[in-house]
Amino acid sequence: MTSNPLRKLIFDEKIRSVWIQALVIGLFAFLVYTVSQTTAYNLEKRGIGTGFEFLHMSAGYDISFSLIDFTSKDTHLKAYFVGVLNTLLVSISGIFLATILGFLVGVIRLSSNWLFRNIAYVYVEFTRNVPVLLQIILWYSILIHLPKVKQAVQFLEFFYLTNRGLYSPSPIFLQGFGFVLWSFIFALVFTFFLKRYLKKKQETTGKQYPIFYINSAIIIFTPILMFYIMGMPIEFSHPVIKGFNFQGGMVLRPEFMGMLLGLSIYTAAFISETVRSGIMAVSKGQREASQALGLKNNFIMRLIIIPQALRVIIPPLTSQYLNLTKKLIIRNSNRLFRFSSWLWWYFFKSNW
Amino acid sequence: MTKIKSLFMALILSLGVSSAFADGHGSTLDVVKERGFLKCGSNTGLAGFGLPNDAGVWEGIDVDVCRAVAAAVFGDASKVEYVPTTSKVRFTVLQSGEVDMLSRNTTWTLQRDVELGLEFVGVNYYDGQGFMVPASLGVSSATELDGASVCIQVGTTTEMNLADFFSANGMSYEAVPVETNSEADAAYTAGRCDVYTTDASGLYASRAGYPDPSAHVVLPEIVSKEPLGPSVRHGDSAWADIVRWSLNAMIIGEEKGITSANVDEMKNSNDPEVLRLLGVNQVGDTGAGYGQWLNLSDDWAYNILQQVGNYSESFERHIGPNTPINIQRGLNALYKDGGILYAPPFR
Repeated sequence: MTSNPLRKLIFDEKIRSVWIQALVIGLFAFLVYTVSQTTAYNLEKRGIGTGFEFLHMSAGYDISFSLIDFTSKDTHLKAYFVGVLNTLLVSISGIFLATILGFLVGVIRLSSNWLFRNIAYVYVEFTRNVPVLLQIILWYSILIHLPKVKQAVQFLEFFYLTNRGLYSPSPIFLQGFGFVLWSFIFALVFTFFLKRYLKKKQETTGKQYPIFYINSAIIIFTPILMFYIMGMPIEFSHPVIKGFNFQGGMVLRPEFMGMLLGLSIYTAAFISETVRSGIMAVSKGQREASQALGLKNNFIMRLIIIPQALRVIIPPLTSQYLNLTKKLIIRNSNRLFRFSSWLWWYFFKSNW
Repeated sequence: MTKIKSLFMALILSLGVSSAFADGHGSTLDVVKERGFLKCGSNTGLAGFGLPNDAGVWEGIDVDVCRAVAAAVFGDASKVEYVPTTSKVRFTVLQSGEVDMLSRNTTWTLQRDVELGLEFVGVNYYDGQGFMVPASLGVSSATELDGASVCIQVGTTTEMNLADFFSANGMSYEAVPVETNSEADAAYTAGRCDVYTTDASGLYASRAGYPDPSAHVVLPEIVSKEPLGPSVRHGDSAWADIVRWSLNAMIIGEEKGITSANVDEMKNSNDPEVLRLLGVNQVGDTGAGYGQWLNLSDDWAYNILQQVGNYSESFERHIGPNTPINIQRGLNALYKDGGILYAPPFR
């Protein structure tokens, strides 16, 4: 090998790879630059100025469901944050529902009961193979064809189901409710340490305590006790028909519920398969060995099978969560973020 | 290196050429004539305004403007290719040269006329944002709508007019956001919302498609001005003139009582304006008619009136009281009949 630098440029693998990569990157940068320049030139030529100034202009429209106060005088940027919060709300609720349903169905699919097992099987196969968009539309259509406001279905005395949503009383916290909340947090902290203490005691003495029942009782009854001590510091605002709609109370809108049901029932089918595969991935010997040790069935599940299964379940589970959120955003980019209207504002500084 | 250089050159050329192509349209009239048919941006489907019928032929009062221009240019109203455009892409389609003109319920505003580089050539329908409610609600005015649920298309100017109207009247409402017209129809007919609001013309068109149109009323309040009209690209005034006067010819036709049925008899009329319009009278004694100023044949307006008819015929045929759309002339009547439809004199 001669040390001619020009020859090195071609034949030395390290040097060669560097300049080839640099060239590709440069070419790409040039392409991006040219395309953006041409676009900018053509936009200017057509008198279209672009810019994000509109973000600080008032939005001019109302959003009927918002976690923070929003009026039509607020800016587009704030409207965007309302959209982000609403997205988070739906996706977190959806993930919550889908996980519960998915785990349930996943376990049922491994049940020894023929009927349960096959009902779960049909659910999974059917739901997984029908496009989620169709399912969302199906749920939404069912929900908006429920009885109208004037014929609302009343159930559990205080709840009303209508095609405008599910109305329920909303709590109004009076003075003193803070103590109830604090007592709840205190109970949580207390039970955490109690559990550690009792566990340690069990390890040293071998005596078992019904930790779960004790802690549950503490967590439930401490706030209730405090609630009565403070003289029941809570009131409810009940939904009442007034004019066109129910006023007061809380409401879950069909748009929200349709999206939630559609997405979580769809995702749950995938989660159930993940759960099933996770449980089946734990080798049969593990179960047999623990049975041989004389462990109870629910201990086998809790202490041997689930911890090992989770190692298999969790990675694909996260991608299911992502999938749910992604589908939600894609389906609702306009309703939640007014995405196309943003594009319009970006280019034309107005609604269409 | 030469290879790479030529690659660069090719890149630059391709980008340069494509941008030059987008810019380089000469006279629109020449382009249209050479192509042999007119490309007209239409609605994706709005009954009475622009919608293909059972046979796949486009019909509606917006479509009639396209047909009038084709009749003026080619003497044949059918030489039109319709390019359905959504409200989001309509201006881009026109600006990029994909269509020669836009005739699809588009509101004439300052910003669109000036900043977007369009040129609105007239108004073929005076519209405004209205409210539709089921008759069974017993509401007779939009000011009684406090607390109602309102179906509204997201991202539209109607959405902002709605917010303004309700806050100006101190009323609250629940906005039910929908994305398309058909989604709005579904939510409204299911009773998800009490009110559907959009341009009144759109409300009438939607109502015509409901199972029982008489069960829905459009409230008298009109909360915005929406003059709808055809538009062309800014910068080719000669072409803009052709579209403008094709529309004007239809309006003057109504004013003078010229219909597609009597257009031949009217050639014997005593009214000089009628004779000028139909290409009988010449400009002074030059031997040339009024088509020369537009670079068209002298019978261009005759062709419009014969093949498309006057404004009134177009209105009655597509959206008048005898059609399912059932719109009264109202503002869209001639100035002498109590409306504001008015064309400059043909001379």
